[in-house]
Amino acid sequence: MDIQKHKPVEDDAWHALKQFTAARIALGRTGHAVPLKELLKFKLAHAHARDAVYARLHVKELTQELQQFNLPVYSLHSKVKDRNEYLLHPDIGRQLNDASVQLLQSRSASFDIVVVLADGLSATAINHHAVPLLQQLIPLLQEAKFSIAITTAQQARVAVGDTIGSLMNAKLSLVLIGERPGLSAADSMGAYLTYNPTVGLTDESRNCISNIRPEGIDYAKAATKIHYLISSSFRLQYSGVTLKDDEQDFLAE
Amino acid sequence: MAYRSTIRHFTYVFDDLKTLLAKATPYRSGDALAGLTALTYEERIAAQIALADVSLKTFLNEAVISYETDDITRLIIDTHDAKQFAAIAHFTVGDLRDWLLSDDATTTTLQQLAFAFTPEMIAAVCKLMRNQDLIAVAQKCEVVTRFRNTIGLSGCLSTRLQPNHPTDDIKGIAASMVDGLLYGSGDAVIGINPATDSPATVETLLHMLNDVINKFSIPTQSCVLTHITTGLQLIERKAPVDLVFQSIGGTEKTNHSFGVSLKLLDEVFAAIESLPKGTIGNNRMYFETGQGSSLSANAHEGVDQQTCEARAYAVARRYQPHLVNSVVGFIGPEYLYDGKQIIRAALEDHFCGKLLGLPMGVDICYTNHAAADQDDMDTLLTLLGVAGCNFIMGVPGADDIMLNYQSTSFHDALYVRKVLHKKPSPEFEQWLLQQGIMDDEGNRLTIDANHYLLKNI
Repeated sequence: MDIQKHKPVEDDAWHALKQFTAARIALGRTGHAVPLKELLKFKLAHAHARDAVYARLHVKELTQELQQFNLPVYSLHSKVKDRNEYLLHPDIGRQLNDASVQLLQSRSASFDIVVVLADGLSATAINHHAVPLLQQLIPLLQEAKFSIAITTAQQARVAVGDTIGSLMNAKLSLVLIGERPGLSAADSMGAYLTYNPTVGLTDESRNCISNIRPEGIDYAKAATKIHYLISSSFRLQYSGVTLKDDEQDFLAE
Repeated sequence: MAYRSTIRHFTYVFDDLKTLLAKATPYRSGDALAGLTALTYEERIAAQIALADVSLKTFLNEAVISYETDDITRLIIDTHDAKQFAAIAHFTVGDLRDWLLSDDATTTTLQQLAFAFTPEMIAAVCKLMRNQDLIAVAQKCEVVTRFRNTIGLSGCLSTRLQPNHPTDDIKGIAASMVDGLLYGSGDAVIGINPATDSPATVETLLHMLNDVINKFSIPTQSCVLTHITTGLQLIERKAPVDLVFQSIGGTEKTNHSFGVSLKLLDEVFAAIESLPKGTIGNNRMYFETGQGSSLSANAHEGVDQQTCEARAYAVARRYQPHLVNSVVGFIGPEYLYDGKQIIRAALEDHFCGKLLGLPMGVDICYTNHAAADQDDMDTLLTLLGVAGCNFIMGVPGADDIMLNYQSTSFHDALYVRKVLHKKPSPEFEQWLLQQGIMDDEGNRLTIDANHYLLKNI
């Protein structure tokens, strides 16, 4: 065989099927292996996901940007010391450190809603998407006369919102948190809302909207959904699995 | 009863069997999270030394979770094969390890002993074994199941084609399915994890899979991995159900958290009788398990995660499943932190499942917050291939865009078959040859755009 002329990579004849899915299909092959070009694409996506897991919440920049809403803003931190402890001990990421508890206890104000910006498993998601979402959502909530406070929370899990909400006497907590990065997106943001947040609640007490990012559920749509769920939650005085996301009916009304 | 071992004049005391098992377990983050691990390297080996001397009979008298409060313990004790056990009743756990590796332990002997072993005996011996021991013994086991094809023959390695889509889009799923079939994947099952548990969606997907399997006469079976209550509804509605799926765990409380019980499983197992049988056999259940699920459900009862996992296999084997899949790296780093822990756990699960008589497959996988990557999966894939794993996953490009984790690709399956001289299920291999997809040496053929499957899907 003439090695110099032989092209080892064979394309697949069904490229057209790619229009139906974002899955990695029709990759082609060399022998039985994935061609290098595809291999490097995969590794780059994994690198983005890994970097997102270890990214830091940009607290200073976020705090500055949050000034535009003219709402009280608090910077909080969980009891977790570092990322390794965060990954190994989900329980510790649900608790606030002493300084954060003291900060909240020193304020006597109470709010209808506390919005928590938590890094979760992708600070990248919060750094990119939290403020643009709030630009759509806060006006809707203010129109409904809710009193609101905002906090950032570093090294935090979803349930940190229960601790924060109860310390701030909030009727509802809305935790915006970086979701576990996938290869298709390392910056997906989740929104978890919990009525009457109390330490010890579990996931069935919450409502969740997942995959918030421009290529997923965009800011405007996410804001509409969250606003709808919050309004329903205040009306019914509960949240969780029994509170349905029947926004379609709502929009049709 | 307490167990003791003395190292350099210090006597370690382990209060009961479950403590001894936990302390003897190779380190993993989940047991540390549960506060069950040995506190020093020495304590771990001291526990292994003590465990080696425990008689197998002890496991029939000292339950790690009480007989009165846990239905899996009752299942284990009540279905124990005392007749076959007589041959090994004089063994300690250490004796069992040495015997398993000896030439006396043949494929046939191990098959006969499957119900003489309890999950706890096998979990215990597993803790005394190195990775190569787990591979060497598992390779001697052969667990064969049948529905429309034969899975688990020595020398074969099958795949579950997993064509998931984030919104269950039919065309999106079909596109991934065609891609997989044209890469020789899908003999264990074509199995979709639906994004929604809605019975209507699941039924639509089942019809689509059934149509494709019939239209192209593919000797394989389908499954939509939905909760078993939905599965039961679909059986009653006469939907084309091949395999019935359920996630299970190793304590009654874990299964409760999954919304499942032995009673419910018995009910479904009975309902299966009403379905048309498979062409060459009728193994119909598909179970998924994974270390850490009991701790995650706060239902581990002080038992280490590997022992809990082995106990789940007692549930699985009651229902003569077609496939059992340990989704080993899906659960996250708080249970299995890195590639090393995932690899060890996968070899343990495959070994335990096989000895207990199950058609074990492994989802060789990890999430992006675990310290693992595709190199670790290559290592594990190769090891499991050598160990004789019944099946692995086939996911387009190893990237599941619905579940957001990485598994093994269609290409990966071809790699492991090639380097280890493994074949797909024989009936499926014939189909691949007829379709001009593979040759009889396992090489993928060049497929042009006019291929029958592409033209007629």
